[in-house]
Order: sequence, then C-alpha cells, then structure tokens
Amino acid sequence: MKKAVKLSLFMLLAFSLVLAACGNNNSGNSASTGSEGEGSKAGSDIKIGMVTDTGGVNDKSFNETSWEALQALKEEQGIKVEYLQSTSEADYQPNLNKFVKGGYDLTWGIGFALESALGEIAKQNPDSNFAIIDAAVDAPNVESVLFSENEGAFLVGVVAGKMTKTNKIGFVGGMESPTIKKFEIGFKAGIEASNPDAEFTAVYASGFDKPDEGKAAASTLYNEGVDIVFQAAGGTGNGVFNEAKDRKGQGQEVWVIGVDKDQSLDFGDDITLTSMIKRVDVAIKTVSQQVIDGTFKGGTTTVLGLKEDGVGIADTSSANVPQEVLDEVESYKEKIVSGEIEVPTVK
Amino acid sequence: MSKFLKWFASDSFVVSLAAIVMGLLLGAVVMLTGGYNPITAYMALLKGVFGSPYGFGEALREMAPLVLTGLAVAFAFRAGMFNIGAAGQVLLGMTGASLIGIKLTGLPAIIHAPLAIIVGGLFGGLWAALAGYIKAKRGVNEVITTIMLNWIALFLCNYIVRTFLLLPGNQRSLDVESSAWVSIGWLSEMMGNARVHWGILVAILASIFFYYFLWKTKQGFELRAVGSNPEAARYAGINVNKNIVKAMFISGVFAGLAGAFETLGVFHYQSVYSSLPGYGFNGIAVALLGMTHPFGVLAGAGLFGTLTYGSSEMSFEAGVPSEIIQIVIGSIIFFIAAQGIVRYLLKPVYKRKKEKVL
Repeated sequence: MKKAVKLSLFMLLAFSLVLAACGNNNSGNSASTGSEGEGSKAGSDIKIGMVTDTGGVNDKSFNETSWEALQALKEEQGIKVEYLQSTSEADYQPNLNKFVKGGYDLTWGIGFALESALGEIAKQNPDSNFAIIDAAVDAPNVESVLFSENEGAFLVGVVAGKMTKTNKIGFVGGMESPTIKKFEIGFKAGIEASNPDAEFTAVYASGFDKPDEGKAAASTLYNEGVDIVFQAAGGTGNGVFNEAKDRKGQGQEVWVIGVDKDQSLDFGDDITLTSMIKRVDVAIKTVSQQVIDGTFKGGTTTVLGLKEDGVGIADTSSANVPQEVLDEVESYKEKIVSGEIEVPTVK
Repeated sequence: MSKFLKWFASDSFVVSLAAIVMGLLLGAVVMLTGGYNPITAYMALLKGVFGSPYGFGEALREMAPLVLTGLAVAFAFRAGMFNIGAAGQVLLGMTGASLIGIKLTGLPAIIHAPLAIIVGGLFGGLWAALAGYIKAKRGVNEVITTIMLNWIALFLCNYIVRTFLLLPGNQRSLDVESSAWVSIGWLSEMMGNARVHWGILVAILASIFFYYFLWKTKQGFELRAVGSNPEAARYAGINVNKNIVKAMFISGVFAGLAGAFETLGVFHYQSVYSSLPGYGFNGIAVALLGMTHPFGVLAGAGLFGTLTYGSSEMSFEAGVPSEIIQIVIGSIIFFIAAQGIVRYLLKPVYKRKKEKVL
C-alpha cells in the first residue's frame, strides 16, 4: 500500500517538475512568437466577443465570416476581439456569460440556435450589450439582425432559370427549417419569374454537417436530369460541390449555385455558376461599429435585404453567366428594391 | 477505513492515476509544440471550474449527464454487454420528459416534475430493453442494434418534437411547464444563475444504487454471473435471457434519466437535433475512465466534466484552443485502455521499490 502512495507522490512530483521545466522553456520563446492573439494596445479599448454555434469557427459559413469581420475590425480600429466555440447546445449560456463577466462591450451570438440562450443571458445582465444573427430576441439590450434570404435567392433563381439547358433545376437544403425554407421559396419564385416552364425539385438533408447526404442528394437530382443545383446546406453543401466536380470530370454539364459567400473562390468557377451572398460581415461590422462609436441602442430588429445590400449575388458571376442574364438580374433587383416585385417568404 | 485506503492503493487506482498524469503530460507537450504555456493553460482550466461559484455550478451541470450515461454504459458492461446506444436512450429520455412536461398542465410541481423524470427514465429504459430483447430472442449483437437504434431514436424524437411539441417557426419544442422544472432556484441564484439542478444528486444516488444492486443483491449477483460467463450462469440455473433484458433496461433508465434532467433542469425545452448529441459517447469514455465501477464513474465524470467545462476558460484566458483538451481526454482514455503501456512504464518504479525492500 505504501508503495502505491509513494508511487503516486512520485508521479505528481515528476509531473510538476516537467511542467515547471516546460513553463520556463516556453517563457523564453513566447516573447518572440506571442502577442499574435492580442490586439494592438493602441486604439480604443473596446472589447467585442462572439459565441459560435456548434458549427465552430471554421465552418466555411457564417461563423467563419463573422469572425473574419471581427478580425477586420480589429485591424482597422485596434479593438480587442475574441471568440468562444460551443461544442454543445449546453455551452451557449456559459460562453455568453464569460464575455459578460469579462466586461465585454458587445457579445455576438451567431445563428438562430443561440436565440433562447442569448435571450436568457440578456435578461440576467441588463447592463451588457448583445447582438444576434438570424434570430430576433426581444430585449432592450439586444440588437437582432435578420436577412431577407428570399430576395437573394430570387436573383440566383433568375440566373438558374435563364441558364438551365435541361429545364430542370434542383435545390438542396440542410434542414427543413424556416430560414432554409426562405431560400427555397425565393429561389423557386425567381425561377418561375424568368422561366415558367422549368421543373423544380427541392431535397432536404437532415443537418448542416452531412456532406455525404449532400452528395447523395445532388447525385439523385443530377440523375433526374437536373443541371443546376442551388445548395443552402452549410457543410452538407460541400458534398453537392463534390458530386458536381465528379460529374464535370466525366464531361457532364452540371452546375452548383453557392450560398452565403462567393463559393467559386473555394470550389472553383468551373462548377460554381454563381453564389448567393449573405453579408453577415456587413451586419457584424455595422452593429459593432455602433458600439465603437457609442451609438448602440439595442432593442431593435434590423432586416437586411437587397435594398440594404445585406443579400445579393456574387461579383464573380460574370465568369459563367452572360452579360444579358446579369442585366436581367439587375432589372429584377431594381424591381425588388423599388417594391414592384414582392418576393414571397412562405408558400 | 482501511478498506478505503486499500482501494486507493489498488493496482487499478494507481494505473488510472498514472494514465491521467500521462494524458495531462501529453497535452502539455502538444501545447508546447503549439507555442502555448501549459501551466497557464491548466491553471486557467482549474480557475474556470473552481474560480467562481458560477463556474462550479455550471461544471456540476456538465457532470450530471456524464455520471448517468457513464453509469448506463458501465452497468451494461458489468452484465457483459456494450451499450453504445446511450445517445439514443438519452434522446428518448428527453422526449419522454418533454411530452409530460409540455403536454400535461395544471399539475402541482410535487407530482409533475417526478412524473416527467420517471417517464423520461422509462422511455430510455424501454428503448434499451428493445435491444436487449432482440439479443435475448434472436442473439443479435447489441453493439449493432444499439447503434442502429441511435439513429432511429434521433429521427423518431425529432419527429415527435416537430409534430407534437414544436414552438412555431423554431427548431425546438415549446417551453416545459415551470411545474416540471427541476432547477434548484435558490442554489442557482447563489451561484450567479448557473443552471444547477437535482440531477447531480440523483446521479450520485444512482451510482450508490448501482453499487448496492450489483454487489449486495441476488439479482445483481445473477447479472454479474451472466456478465462473466453466460454459459456457466445458464448451467447454474440463471435465466440468462431475462437478465440480458433486465440489464439493458436498467442501463437505459440511467441514460434516460440523463436526458430527462437535461430537458427539465438545463434547457427547459427540447431541440430538434441535426445529429446525435455527444452524451452517449462521452458516457462510454466516462465508463472507461471509471473502470466500469460506479464510484469510479463518479470520479471519471468529475474529471471529464472539469476538463471539458474548464477548456473554454482555457481558450478564453490563456488563448489555448479548447480542442487540446480533447487530445488530453483522448490520451487519458487511450492510456487507461492500453494499460499494458502504463504498467510497462511504471515497471522501473515498482522494481526499484522492490529492490529497496530487499
């Protein structure tokens, strides 16, 4: 028995020794490599934090875009920014709370998944400021930002309607949620406006992190003769791109329409026809700037549509889409902005 | 008391401890190669859990389901089965609790909350018993059926939430009636609104029940006999099939309770999940950490919960990516599973001691 006690003591001692050694070792080189994560000391001492949803900060989608926007703000204004990743739903509240306790001037919740957690924490901390993307939280210290995805989807729907050769167009959604439905309905309306004869099929996967399902869904659609697929499926959409790439390699004429950001930059413009852009970065910058300038009010819900440049079509579309189609897109855009066309949000 | 000390000195305890230390060391090495200071990182981790009442309360919240799913896996393991379906059973437990918590209204809290918990536990138990029944009747390996049942549970529960409980326009259910909540209001308030609930107490009681049932009752003896050698148990006149179903049922009840407490104590609603939440798989890790002993599971869940909950503070305070903790946890489990390596590394220490004695 004594043996074991001694042994554990020995292990503890060894452990602390090694750790101590490690620490010393590190303090030498941290001076040269460190200070990377810190914002520059000059400039304002505003601190802005963001909490990701379970997709994590490298999701190639809105979490990543948001973090990039915050980093850009850090570069420009010298503020301090920080993010916390949530590994499960239960992490939302403690993560939000960390920023509150850390005295952050604004805490972002990224995505509708944080809606109730952020509402709860905002209620508990009426003196802290919050903002949320893709959800509306009704509290005096929360700024909510929503997007008119249907309007952006309408524009790429027009492109798809004009560009299809087989007259069959498909849609792959990550999950049958109200937000994703808005993409589908807007897209369908765009197709109907530009090409009433085109056949439209929508398929839904069971989540935003299932590229295998995205690939299978795209395969089914392409087999049915669909030649353009619009994906609004986050990570699942990567599977759609993979399937298109495979088929393009075999000489088949298929296209994908990207979502959220210009995905031709990630997947190449030989398969990306165009992308529907959702300017999460604009939202992040606008609201964060209000905090920096001291004009943040909170308690309001902003909807960013075509008019506000919150959604749109990728600038690189001209690589694959002829000018006359783009002109048509432009004229539809003007009609939507002026209110002449109202894009539906529900069936 | 001497029994207690003996347990401390036991071989398995030393090996576990060594495995934990080696896991932490490996994590430190990874941090060093990444250019981070492991001491500040581990200090931040501890500060995250023990530095504030809020952190401690939230860490307890993190531990409660870990203990229960750990017990679920360990219990089935003691009866010779590998329950990989705790994830699905947790979901069923959530759904059972949500159904009672949302659909039944007007009940006093003293009836409503326990009823919701019991129904959640039963849902989980029956779901697991299904896999036990298939094994007992047809001899289908429970590893396969529980994995498959996980997916069925995921989509079944999503269907139930979407069809009967949905908060319109959202990906989650309505709020559970407050009479079914199991939050401990006064303690939450004391701990800066940390979501502490009765689940942690129930988890401790469950591990005592686990111990008492398996080692102090006839039924428990039968279960363990079936676990060690089903053929011998059959020869001794034990009804093996009945015991398989029973073991899976009790295992599932533990997991179901974990789900029920998550819904009633933490979220107060149930989400539509796009993939299986991690509870069940963390349970396997905790059961392994605790060497499938109920009190080991308690300790394992304590460690696992401290590491995972503290990891966010580590990234917040020390700038160390919280994924590193996954490496630490992974290597601790690896060293516990690959005990040969630990024993081999400890050999010189043992040897020298022996020489001294001589």
